[in-house]
Amino acid sequence: MSLAHDARIAVRPATMAQRAARIWPEINHPAAWIVAVILLIMPLIASGFFLIEIFASTLILGTMALSLMFLAGYGGMVSLMQLTIAGFSAYMVAVFGVSGNANISLGWPWWLAVPMALALATAFGTLGGALAVRTEGIYTIMITLAIGAAFYYFTNQNWAIFNGHTGINTVATPHFWGVNWRADVPFYYVVLAVAALCYFAVEYVSRAPFGLALQGVRDNPRRMAALGFNVNAHRIAAYAFASFVAALAGVLQVWNYRQISPGSVSVGACIDVLIIAVVGGITRPIGPYIGALIFVLLRTFALDFLVRLGLDGNRFRLLIGLGFLAIVFWSSDGVIGLWQRWRQRQRRGPDHSRGGRGHG
Amino acid sequence: MSRFVERHPAWALIAIIAVAILLWLVFAVWPPGLEEAIGRKRVFLNAVFNGITLGGLYFLVASGFTLIFGLMRNVNLAHGSLYLFGGYVGYAISAATGSWILSFIVAFILTALVGVLLQVIVFRRMEGQDLRQTMVTIGLSIVFADLMLWACGGNFYQIQTPNWLIGPIELPLVTAIKSSGEPVYLRYPLVRLVIFAASVVIGIAMWLALNRTRIGMIVRAGVDDRDILAATGVRIQLVFVLVFAFGAGLAGIAGVVGGTFQSLSPGEDIRFLLASLVVVIVGGMGSIPGAALGALIIGLAEQLGSVYIPTYAIVVTFLIMVLVLAIRPQGLLARR
Repeated sequence: MSLAHDARIAVRPATMAQRAARIWPEINHPAAWIVAVILLIMPLIASGFFLIEIFASTLILGTMALSLMFLAGYGGMVSLMQLTIAGFSAYMVAVFGVSGNANISLGWPWWLAVPMALALATAFGTLGGALAVRTEGIYTIMITLAIGAAFYYFTNQNWAIFNGHTGINTVATPHFWGVNWRADVPFYYVVLAVAALCYFAVEYVSRAPFGLALQGVRDNPRRMAALGFNVNAHRIAAYAFASFVAALAGVLQVWNYRQISPGSVSVGACIDVLIIAVVGGITRPIGPYIGALIFVLLRTFALDFLVRLGLDGNRFRLLIGLGFLAIVFWSSDGVIGLWQRWRQRQRRGPDHSRGGRGHG
Repeated sequence: MSRFVERHPAWALIAIIAVAILLWLVFAVWPPGLEEAIGRKRVFLNAVFNGITLGGLYFLVASGFTLIFGLMRNVNLAHGSLYLFGGYVGYAISAATGSWILSFIVAFILTALVGVLLQVIVFRRMEGQDLRQTMVTIGLSIVFADLMLWACGGNFYQIQTPNWLIGPIELPLVTAIKSSGEPVYLRYPLVRLVIFAASVVIGIAMWLALNRTRIGMIVRAGVDDRDILAATGVRIQLVFVLVFAFGAGLAGIAGVVGGTFQSLSPGEDIRFLLASLVVVIVGGMGSIPGAALGALIIGLAEQLGSVYIPTYAIVVTFLIMVLVLAIRPQGLLARR
């Protein structure tokens, strides 16, 4: 209840700012075109390391966080199991497809294994969602966290399907039309295409009748129920959609690393996805990608940076935690919120509207 | 209790039958066929005792968690960090002084102080904002986990059991009959029984304090209606600080207990946070008897599961949670 309340307060300024001029803000804005062009010609600029380790990782993590952003930002439901759904989908790709572990993998071709994985992971996420929507607010967080943790411990213990704590290695990647789709440049474009697809799908759904009804449910479930909307059905459908997005990211994840193990579905990783979404900002779909870029850059370069400052390079998590704390203390809608506030202040000099919403 | 039986006769019957079967399994000498079917009685009894004592440990963690939530609606996802912090403090004290009892006292005081700081610095600023509290405490738990990793390293620590508690004792429970006709009794570590008894005492003392004293009356009134309580002139912020300190201190004590039973290492904080989440979801948020019942159920399910169906032990605890959510979403003993 009060969680939805929080989300509403956080969202309102952003929507008010948007409503002024633009219906599709990211498309009409010149900066959006510049970003799109840069992303498209990235292989010409960046080396293989940057292309995969930084940008492809960012897009994959960002897509996982996008599914969380959709639920939290538009549905008012903070789900910590989105990474678990992605991990489940990744495991299913490894189990149904081809991998180094012939005892477990069924050896289906990728075009059969991937739809199967997507369908199963979406079903899994929808079931989890059906459980989570029975509760509200903080209880949702706890239950989804408990589901994520149960899945993590289960993968650790189960050898028949998930191969215990060693996980499944050398997962095959698709190879057709004479292209090795896991080679750096083709894979980057695959990831970019999927991420763009998910991004625009979320943008579209948020403006479609379903998305508007979902936001109505977030803001006032009782009024929506009185209007004849089936509140729980909307919430479960939101989980289904978000699960599909997360499952897509999971497929890309397993192709990226070619292996999957319990470590990649651990509780810490589930929380990382929340951090990414919150740091970027859960009010708009671009937020998770910004958050993912910051997270990946920190993960990759924090060690060198800390060592240069004369500190212990292993304190990467401390840096992430402190940065996250600073963001949630001072800006409830993440980097985007900071940016918007800064822009507003630039536009109209000293900002008076700030006092009331610093607590939102 | 009698009202529950009146309203749900079928459930009451099932519960009574289950308890009766359990009691028979514990006290009777098993017939040979049963031993062949599900293994030796000693294994079963050990699992039951481990489950009950683990439930005592879970109760210590979860009761603090649920008390803080019940009164203040504060979602403290750094509760697991308090557990681990208490454990490390207890280890340091017992290693330095050799006194096990002293380590409990110091761990309680220090974690209670951390709790006071948390309440004053963090939670007082964001009353009633569940989402922000959750985020901030998640951030804090990451920071605490890394600071503790920095200070204590990634090693496993175990707190030394004091001499007067070392070693098993024989319980008057027959596990088997030797071929000579002589009964074999169960031997079980004394320290776990003592700690379980202590957690029962703490639980009963908490229940009495909440239900029979003036402080408890204030706390219960605060759980029900905070604003009216504040309007009657109670210094509610002081009550909040005290309850938070007490709940945090309980987590610290549980850390010392956990360090004696099991071991302390990075990652235990998340494990115990999740355990307390599941326990309070099953038992009902904000209810001390609920925490006790949930802790017992989860502890037993975990231990019996890990003995009889090792692959699916986690799934069993999870299934219990799902079942409770499906039947009573507010938890078994919640009042609402």
